[in-house]
Amino acid sequence: MKAKEFALTLGLSAGEYDQIEKGMGREPNENEIGMFSVMWSEHCSYKNTRRELRKFPTTGPAVLVKAGEENAGVVDAGDGLALAYKIESHNHPSAVEPFQGAATGVGGILRDIFTMGARPVAFMDSLRFGRPEAKGDDGKRTRSLIKGVVSGISHYGNCVGVPTIGGELVFDQAYDGNPLVNVFCLGTLRHDQIRRGAAKGVGNPVFYVGAKTGRDGLAGAAFASRDLTEESKADRPAVQVGDPFVGKLLFEACLELYARPDLVVGVQDMGAAGLTCSTCETASRGGSGIEIELDLVPQRETGMTPYEILLSESQERMLIIVHKGREAELKEIFARWGLDAAEIGTVTETGRVVVKEGGKVVADVPARILADDAPVYEREAKVPAKLAERQKLDLRKILPAKPKVREDLLKLATSPATGSRRWVWNQYDHMVGLRTVVRPGGDAAVLRVEKPGGGWVHVAMTLDGNGRWCAQDPREGSKALVAEACRNLACAGAVPLGLTDNLNYGNPHDPEIFWTLREGVEGMAEACRFFDLPVTGGNVSLYNQSPAGPIHPTPVVGVVGKVEEGVRLVPGILGKGGGVVLLLGTQESGGLGASLYLQEIHGVLAGKLGKVNLKAEKELHQLMRSVLKLKGVRAVHDVGEGGILWALAEMTFGEESGGAEVEIPCGSNERPEEALFGEGAGRILLEVDEEAVTGIEGLAKEAGVGCYRLGKTGGDIFVIRCGVVKEKWAGKELKDLFHNSLPKVLE
Amino acid sequence: MRFAVVQFPGSNCDQDCVHALQILGQEARLVWHQETKINPEEAVILPGGFSYGDYLRCGAIARFSPIMAAVKVAAERGQVVVGICNGFQILCEAGLLPGALTRNEGLHFRCETAPIRVETPTTRFTSAYVTGQILQIPIAHGEGCYRASPDVLQELEARQRILFRYCNPEGEVVAEANPNGSSHAIAGICNARGNVLGMMPHPERCCEPEMGGVDGRGILLGAAGVGRSL
Repeated sequence: MKAKEFALTLGLSAGEYDQIEKGMGREPNENEIGMFSVMWSEHCSYKNTRRELRKFPTTGPAVLVKAGEENAGVVDAGDGLALAYKIESHNHPSAVEPFQGAATGVGGILRDIFTMGARPVAFMDSLRFGRPEAKGDDGKRTRSLIKGVVSGISHYGNCVGVPTIGGELVFDQAYDGNPLVNVFCLGTLRHDQIRRGAAKGVGNPVFYVGAKTGRDGLAGAAFASRDLTEESKADRPAVQVGDPFVGKLLFEACLELYARPDLVVGVQDMGAAGLTCSTCETASRGGSGIEIELDLVPQRETGMTPYEILLSESQERMLIIVHKGREAELKEIFARWGLDAAEIGTVTETGRVVVKEGGKVVADVPARILADDAPVYEREAKVPAKLAERQKLDLRKILPAKPKVREDLLKLATSPATGSRRWVWNQYDHMVGLRTVVRPGGDAAVLRVEKPGGGWVHVAMTLDGNGRWCAQDPREGSKALVAEACRNLACAGAVPLGLTDNLNYGNPHDPEIFWTLREGVEGMAEACRFFDLPVTGGNVSLYNQSPAGPIHPTPVVGVVGKVEEGVRLVPGILGKGGGVVLLLGTQESGGLGASLYLQEIHGVLAGKLGKVNLKAEKELHQLMRSVLKLKGVRAVHDVGEGGILWALAEMTFGEESGGAEVEIPCGSNERPEEALFGEGAGRILLEVDEEAVTGIEGLAKEAGVGCYRLGKTGGDIFVIRCGVVKEKWAGKELKDLFHNSLPKVLE
Repeated sequence: MRFAVVQFPGSNCDQDCVHALQILGQEARLVWHQETKINPEEAVILPGGFSYGDYLRCGAIARFSPIMAAVKVAAERGQVVVGICNGFQILCEAGLLPGALTRNEGLHFRCETAPIRVETPTTRFTSAYVTGQILQIPIAHGEGCYRASPDVLQELEARQRILFRYCNPEGEVVAEANPNGSSHAIAGICNARGNVLGMMPHPERCCEPEMGGVDGRGILLGAAGVGRSL
């Protein structure tokens, strides 16, 4: 086969091939074409999205390592403490092999974090599937995907001893056949422990450490950069197989290695595009070259070709460059941890990645071209033809003449879409490490992290996405996401420090999809700028479509923040009663556009989310943090999906069944359902002591933020009034449905 | 008391145990699995985790680690040995405790705070408590279902060697409150001599109010010999 034809079969375009040949000054051989096919895939090069990603704010006083510089971003948490964190998708692998796909997603993001020099201390996961309660084969497949993914995460995360402390799990028809598995990891380190992935110092040895190379995960990055089809199952060999035991040994050994003064020059994990990516990126960053001998690479199978070794994505492998003369120290540490450590090459001054097999050159490519010169495309963007139609909402055609709020809430509580996620996080060790202060199930998870000089810093984190909002209004939807993530942190008294994003979209060659991506990025960028929130990196996952069509546009954000001094952390559930229910923020419901209520109760996805008032939002978050420093705050929960009624109901689902009697404001032109289930931003619910009310009202007045008394807590009946609606539920009635809906459909 | 916390490859609660012991004013050192010596005055902790990846069977490979010979000698000398979670599994594999821990009946890994009931206060590990006291202690395991022959179970019952049982918040031992299907709802047992304890729940995870409770303190302090005098 001719070189160009071969390039086309690997997914490179004719134009890209020509560019490669021009850059090389000759016809590339098969190995070289293979290397380009993975490095220039969307997954590694962001060639379709790079122009858009430049729109994000990436700098700020807290940023220590910026987006795109290294494997993960790093921010300053004060007192010499730094946080490294990032989110990454493993959507395609999880679709065809849920257990290993999800497990290696965890392993992959873990390596990104300890590559930076950080000790990994927490995971969170954002998961999206079709409907598990669907009848027939669809439901059966979805249920097995959910169970596979959750066990895969549990298998890897539990074994490496890093707690999984939160995340989200969403069921929507839009993800049927193309689930989303986004994994976030946070690590902690001192400022002076930050590691760089640069190959410097001509003559320094290049080490390969960790697991042996096999044929698994061949060209996985390229596989992830295609649509999923009926034939995707044949791509199972492109899914890697993870070994968390080796992952754990590898990070302990690496952290021990880093602790030796002046030993390590550069570190890079072998994730997507394996040996190819790690050699060309380190060389490119170091402005150097690398020469390696494949015969020296530890292999677990015989007869592997150079092409296979270069493109393998076998897990739990790292490339480490140390100072010449210190080789023995590295070997000693890895031998003690029972891991392979092979010197496979040296740093050169040529600027080229030269790969030999038995002394014979099998690939010779300028590192910079491979790592940095992938083309950047401006894709065509077009407003979706049906968007305006989809955004119309006529409630008269949907809602019954007389509100049926009692049945509505019971239905919501019964739906797996809203049910308790305990079934999931009970399978994750969320306590190992003795850092988890706020466990899963609340608005934000909180960890305590030891300061370099002793004492604790409390770090809050959350993952948020909402495909429904973004499908109906990509720009406002992603603004609302950032606002919600920051609001979640505010409920834990935390100031956001940085954001990592996972952009999950369909095929970018479809102008309508590309338009939604651009809108999503711009909306997110605007909100981030407003909240002074740097985007420190993340992941783009495109081609998320199956024969049934593309997924909802689904940006997912992970926000990390620091809990302010003096804040008292409070739960999201009501206490023993005798408290007052307050609403902070706006009384406006935002209407039912794009709401969970319409989808779950009436089977309709229509309308769009109300506009997010970023200024009011920011003021609300500041107020919330101040209020949490007062005495007498018992519980806090933000209003999100399902609206204010669902948020209130969730507050009653604690161990001590909490009753409450509240009146929810209903606008004069509004249906009660809108007031109760609208998902407008900018609202937080509190339960406080009677004695605390005046103080909170005073702070709210000063801040110019609304503070409304909705009612009181106590008893075990949940009573609401809203306009003409007056309903009640026995607390236990809702709570049992809420806790049982997920186990019922999955067990 | 000085503690030796053993680190197997794949242990992941080793640092947590050291932290908890320090909080409680105890000295603790980490002992790598390839070491061969436990000092005569030390108490030993085999921490939780996934030693050797739990390959073959939980704890099955760890028991052949060089350090385990020293742990056996220490146990025979009457030194305190505590196995928590994976450490309990290793003690059973090593024959220091009877029985075995098998896959949870529900087949899932379970991580939650589980109430356990103190069955007897007449051991060094439980002397801080009273009979029937309910402790809120985290569990985190996929293979914590205790199984033993009828003879062994009878012996454990008769000699009051069952120290903890899973129970409901009211302290009743009922099937619904048994998180893994353990025979006789066993959460922790000791050897005949009373110096070796194996338990699935993690006392080191509940020694500070910020971690959700302090019910585990008495067990670790008891191991240290700082319990109520017998």
